Formats: sequence, structure tokens, C-alpha cells
Amino acid sequence: MFRTLILIAILLSASGALGVQRVQPPEFEEHELPTTETPAPAAAAWQYADVAVLAAALSLAAWLVLKRRSRRGVFVLMIFSIAYFGFWRKGCVCPVGAIQNVALAAVDSSYALPFAVLAFFMLPLFFALFFGRVFCSSVCPLGGAQDLVVFRPIRIPLWLEHALGLLTYAYLGAAVLFAITGTTFLICRYDPFIALFRLSGNRDMLVMGAAFVLLSMFIGRPYCRFLCPYSVLLRVLSRVSRWRVSIAPDECIQCRLCEDACPYGAIRKPAQSQETPSRSEGKVRLAVLLFLLPALMLVTGWLGHLGGNGFSRMNASIRRAERLWLYEKGKLSEAEDEVAAFRKTGKTFQQAYTEARSVRTNYSRTGWLLGAWIGFVIGMKLIVLSVRRRRTNYEPERGACLACARCYASCPKEHQRLKKQGAR
Amino acid sequence: MANEKEDVTRREFLRTGLCGAGVAVLGSAVGLLARRASAGSTLWQIDPDKCVQCGRCANECVLGVSAVKCVHAYAMCGYCDRCTGFFEPEPAAFDTGAENQLCPVGAIKRSFIEDPYYEYIIDDNLCYGCGKCVKGCEKFGNGSLFLQIRQDLCVKCNQCAIALACPGQAIIRVPADRPYLLKNRGETS
Repeated sequence: MFRTLILIAILLSASGALGVQRVQPPEFEEHELPTTETPAPAAAAWQYADVAVLAAALSLAAWLVLKRRSRRGVFVLMIFSIAYFGFWRKGCVCPVGAIQNVALAAVDSSYALPFAVLAFFMLPLFFALFFGRVFCSSVCPLGGAQDLVVFRPIRIPLWLEHALGLLTYAYLGAAVLFAITGTTFLICRYDPFIALFRLSGNRDMLVMGAAFVLLSMFIGRPYCRFLCPYSVLLRVLSRVSRWRVSIAPDECIQCRLCEDACPYGAIRKPAQSQETPSRSEGKVRLAVLLFLLPALMLVTGWLGHLGGNGFSRMNASIRRAERLWLYEKGKLSEAEDEVAAFRKTGKTFQQAYTEARSVRTNYSRTGWLLGAWIGFVIGMKLIVLSVRRRRTNYEPERGACLACARCYASCPKEHQRLKKQGAR
Repeated sequence: MANEKEDVTRREFLRTGLCGAGVAVLGSAVGLLARRASAGSTLWQIDPDKCVQCGRCANECVLGVSAVKCVHAYAMCGYCDRCTGFFEPEPAAFDTGAENQLCPVGAIKRSFIEDPYYEYIIDDNLCYGCGKCVKGCEKFGNGSLFLQIRQDLCVKCNQCAIALACPGQAIIRVPADRPYLLKNRGETS
């Protein structure tokens, strides 16, 4: 009896006639039916307020870092950003995560990108183009959370800094791949500080958050430097920024006092003292590397193509097809959630397999792109490192500088400037 | 010395040019994306047609107590005396004793209306979206109980954590001006 009832229920639900009236609802004469409560979400106007706050915070950050040159001001703004963008807004949507919404909107015309998300994505980029990474300095709540706990930062060897920095590019590539294939928003899923801002979260999130807080005490801003996918865009743009952080307010006297002032390893020594290859040697090296770049991209692209199959298991369609196949082999029961859910859709197993196969093909194809992108990034890094640089003064590396304004205080010329300013 | 000075100006020139190019690139990106953009935002919601009440909503939500709650479409309800969403499959007695109820937290209030009809109202403060009552109601009743994401509680994560765990891919993005997918008599809207 019980079984037949279940069978009927399954058949009925499979036919799509949900909410079938097994029992005729009574018509009450005196009793009034309660209304189903549907509390509205917070007003949409809030998100425009958030955009306004973001724009204001970015402008203030640019002024504090470049004009006012005040670490204290930057610090206060940073606290505000952690409180507002982190704890009050609960971290969503942030410019870092907005990468995925933008990527999804670019390929999927059925996904409507909210204006506020577009603004969140674009504003820090425009500011980076003019003022450097002022977003990182005191507006990003993720950066702020790490900046607050910097306790005894160790200096990371330059080669390691360059190598780990490549992770950001790989992460960006992977996040875009997963977003455009409609699999998951990877950046949000593995956001290390979101659990802190919400004061709740699942185990993975809490463990990761705690690990990053601990790590941040000894390695300055590990997420920003070695993982943050948004930093790739900011890095590129701030390299050509109109204005930039300079340690000395006017001219560098090469006193070397600022050498260790940066907890994030952005201050590089003048390159003159280092041995550099001759010009012709450098030219040959550059030519060889440029020639090797496509070959490298091809190799890593092929690896990405192979890896695409593995990545595809993150996709819900693939996972479902695997469960259904196990069920057909008799290894799962009818009561399994995935099987029950699939029965409800009314599709045939074959349809599910065909869908999964097309998803997998798509992954193998986009795997090529991801692999080639990583190869391109590695190749470009080698090329950039091989190009002869002349740096005469102590200054922060433009792409890596997070504009935290810590280094100003170590410059004697800055102290002179402040004294003069005070006298005036 | 003069040479170095010239070098600097060339660099500055290049830099300004690149900065201008950057503005052009970002500007055109905005132009292209703005066509895809819309004034409204999207919210997460459960499609009752796809939901199988696996119970993961209760645990996977990033909130301490899930934003998913049971919702009652009163017009669909049969007002049964022996409600399969309220009672355990084989209860010791058909009364409101905790041991006879399906709901682990006693969030369903049963009240007599007129013979033989009883009304069932969900207490939102207690419900945590486990879906046990929904399952019971859908199996043998009219399916008037169903799970929905309460939009006043949802923190609108960019990636819904429940959506990742949902076996039926029932959690979808809905336009903010239609934030609920409610069931009506004989159909879902």
C-alpha cells in the first residue's frame, strides 16, 4: 500500500502536475484564510547607496594616500571600510567577486548584470588607472582584515614573491572558467574572510578564515599578494597609473631608511648595483623568450585541456549524471536525493547523459583557454624579468604597491616636509 | 645628464599614452557590459517544482539559522484532521504531543476550525527549513507546504551555499521584483 502510494506520488510529480489536489480544499464560510507571508527583501535603493559609498571611499583613499600622505587617515578609512563593506553589507557583492558576475554576463545573455555590480567592478579599476591601488589600501574589506593583523611580517625572497604572484593569474583564469560554464562562483565559495564578516559560516570557511588570519600575522596580506584574482587587473592598471605613491615627497636621497618599511615586499632596491647582462645579450634572450612563448602556451593549453575533464566534476550536470549512472548500475537507491530530484524533472536518463557529455566537451575546450592563459602569464613573467631595468631611487614597485602609506614615515624628507608644514 | 632627462620624458609620454589607452579600454568595457546590465538585481529562490526536501537547506546556509523556511499556501491546504505534514507516519495518538509531530522543533501550530477541519500555521521563528513537513505533505497531501528562501533573512551571497549542495538544482536566480515562487491551487506560479 505504502509503496503504491509512493509510486503514484512519483508518477504524478513526474507528469509535472504538482500541487495536485488529493483532498478537496474546504470552502469555509466564517473562517478567513490567513495570507501567506512573503517579506520583501531590503529595498533596491540600498545598492545604489553602496555604490555612492564606494565612490566616496575611493576618492577619499586617493586623497589620503597621494595628497595628504597620511597613514593614520588611511587606517581610519580602512576601519570604516571593514565595518561598512564587511560587517554591515556582509561582504556581498564585492569587486573581487563581481569579476564572475561580469564574466557570466559577457557570455550568457540570459543573465542580467545588476548595475550596482557593474559599478562595483568598474570603479576601483578606474581609480587604479589614475591613482594606483587605492582600493586595496583602505577600501577593500578583505585587504583591511589582513592589514589589521600584520604583526611581524617576514621578507619573502623576490623569486618566491614572483612565483607565488603567478597564482593570482591562475586563480583569475579558473574563476572565469567556472563562472562562464555556469558551474560555481569559485571566488565567493573560497572567500577566506566572509565567514568573519557574517560571524557564521560552514566549516571550510571558518578554517580557511582562521588560517588566513594567522598567516597574515607573519606574511603581509597573503591573500592580496598571492591569490586575489582582482589584483591581476589592478596590478596591470596601476602600472600605467597617472599618479603614484612615491616614498619621498620630493626627491630621494638614497638613505635606505625605507628599505624595510614595506610589510608587503613592494619596495625594491635600486637595480643599478645589480649585475645586469649587456644589451646585446639581453636582446638575444628576449628574442628566444618571445619565440618560446607560443610553444609554452601550447604545452600548458594541452595540459589544461586534459585537466578540463577533472574540473568538470565541479559541474552539477556532470555530478548528477555520475549519480544517475551509479543508480543504473544498482549502486544507489531510488531514495537517493539526486535520483529523486531527477525523477521530478521528467527527463530520461539518456538526456541527462547527453547534457553531461556536452558540458564535458565544453570544459575540455575552455581547458585549452585556461591552460594557454597560464602559459602566457608564465612566459610574460619571464620576459618582464629578463628585460633590463634601471631603477635609481628607492620606490615601490608600481604594480605591487598596495598604497597603504606605511613607508612615508620612514623617509627623512617626509619628516622635513611635515616640519615645514607645521611651521607654516 | 641631458640624455637621462630625455629618457624620463619619453617614459612619461609612454606612460600617459598607456594610461589613455587604459581609459579607452575600460570605457569600452563599460559600454559593452552596460548593454547587458539591468536596473534590477536578482535574488536566490527555491523552485518548489524541483525541490525534493532533502533537508540540506537547513544545514548549508551560511546563516546560523537557515534563511529557508516552510511556507504554507493556505488556499491549497486540505485542512485535514490527520495531516501527513504534521503527524509522524504512525503516531501513538493523533494529538499535539511532541512525540507525534513530524516537525523536530514544533514549529507547526495546529488549531481546530470546524468539524472536521484543522488549520496548520508555521511559526517562522522556530522553523529552520528542514523540509520534513513538506515531504509529508507532498507525499500524501495536497502539497500546500513548500520551502522558500525568506528574502528578509537571506544575505544574498553572490554564490548561494545551498545552491551548491542542492541535489535538484532547485535554487535559482529570480528577478528582485518577483522574489517568491509561490504555489497556487493546482499549479505553481
